[in-house]
Amino acid sequence: MTEEVDFLGQDSDGGSEEVVLTPAELIERLEQAWMNEKFAPELLESKPEIVECVMEQLEHMEENLRRAKREDLKVSIHQMEMERIRYVLSSYLRCRLMKIEKFFPHVLEKEKTRPEGEPSSLSPEELAFAREFMANTESYLKNVALKHMPPNLQKVDLFRAVPKPDLDSYVFLRVRERQENILVEPDTDEQR
Amino acid sequence: MFCEKAMELIRELHRAPEGQLPAFNEDGLRQVLEEMKALYEQNQSDVNEAKSGGRSDLIPTIKFRHCSLLRNRRCTVAYLYDRLLRIRALRWEYGSVLPNALRFHMAAEEMEWFNNYKRSLATYMRSLGGDEGLDITQDMKPPKSLYIEVRCLKDYGEFEVDDGTSVLLKKNSQPG
Repeated sequence: MTEEVDFLGQDSDGGSEEVVLTPAELIERLEQAWMNEKFAPELLESKPEIVECVMEQLEHMEENLRRAKREDLKVSIHQMEMERIRYVLSSYLRCRLMKIEKFFPHVLEKEKTRPEGEPSSLSPEELAFAREFMANTESYLKNVALKHMPPNLQKVDLFRAVPKPDLDSYVFLRVRERQENILVEPDTDEQR
Repeated sequence: MFCEKAMELIRELHRAPEGQLPAFNEDGLRQVLEEMKALYEQNQSDVNEAKSGGRSDLIPTIKFRHCSLLRNRRCTVAYLYDRLLRIRALRWEYGSVLPNALRFHMAAEEMEWFNNYKRSLATYMRSLGGDEGLDITQDMKPPKSLYIEVRCLKDYGEFEVDDGTSVLLKKNSQPG
């Protein structure tokens, strides 16, 4: 597989330009996004370009496999590669959905108050999912219990009731390139 | 004491290990709602007394009942929400169709929530691209088939791998 993938990425001055990636580089970006998402306590920026391109690659590989000879050993190897990529992609998307469900009022609020120009943490489909989840849960609680409660108690502010992601939790990082002047705030007594 | 029934609901869930869904305690919930109604009505009449009759000594009792009302609500919502989380986990564990035993433990409204959740999830997965999208409820574990490097020490001939492909094993070759 030597074709390159057209990738809508961001260049260094922030403009969106088409960046051409090899499939290997694409998979590396997927794995990086996956690990970042797994280690971060909150929902990170959405990467629809990566998801789209990886899906395209998977389709491509499937096409190639359909056309290849059955006894060719390359078939098993490519199949395993596909399974591996599918696992990473699924795991990445699952991780995001879990965070969306867990912190739904905060995720939605953040999107609502997002300044223009700032990239979204949610893809349009994830946003739809989050909204549906909120509506579903609110309507359920109202119908099963809240509407039977005294009038001044029927409104529950889910934004206050559902915990926020713990941004003070410890994370692991790996330094990929040498950086200068990164200041890590020392642990103050209150932050312990 | 007030809020006993609400605490019982919480305890019931606390006892059930993760992944288990006890039967929906409709009776318990009803009792909590009834207690809330009674507390509210008592407070209403006391508030009137306090305002028009100048009975400011009733105020601590009013506050106390209000706290009980808030506690009842908090316990109720916690009970219901925790059950929703368990039900959500069932979709990921069992798929779209739940075993009957579990369905009997769910209230009709919970079933409705589950169906809405299912639908929402399906719409999302289908949108992921390609013909049918990507079913992310599959591939829950990393692929298992181990890739072993093999070097043939002597001629064996044809060998069938577990996915049906055959490999020719000849002395000193490394077909992977």
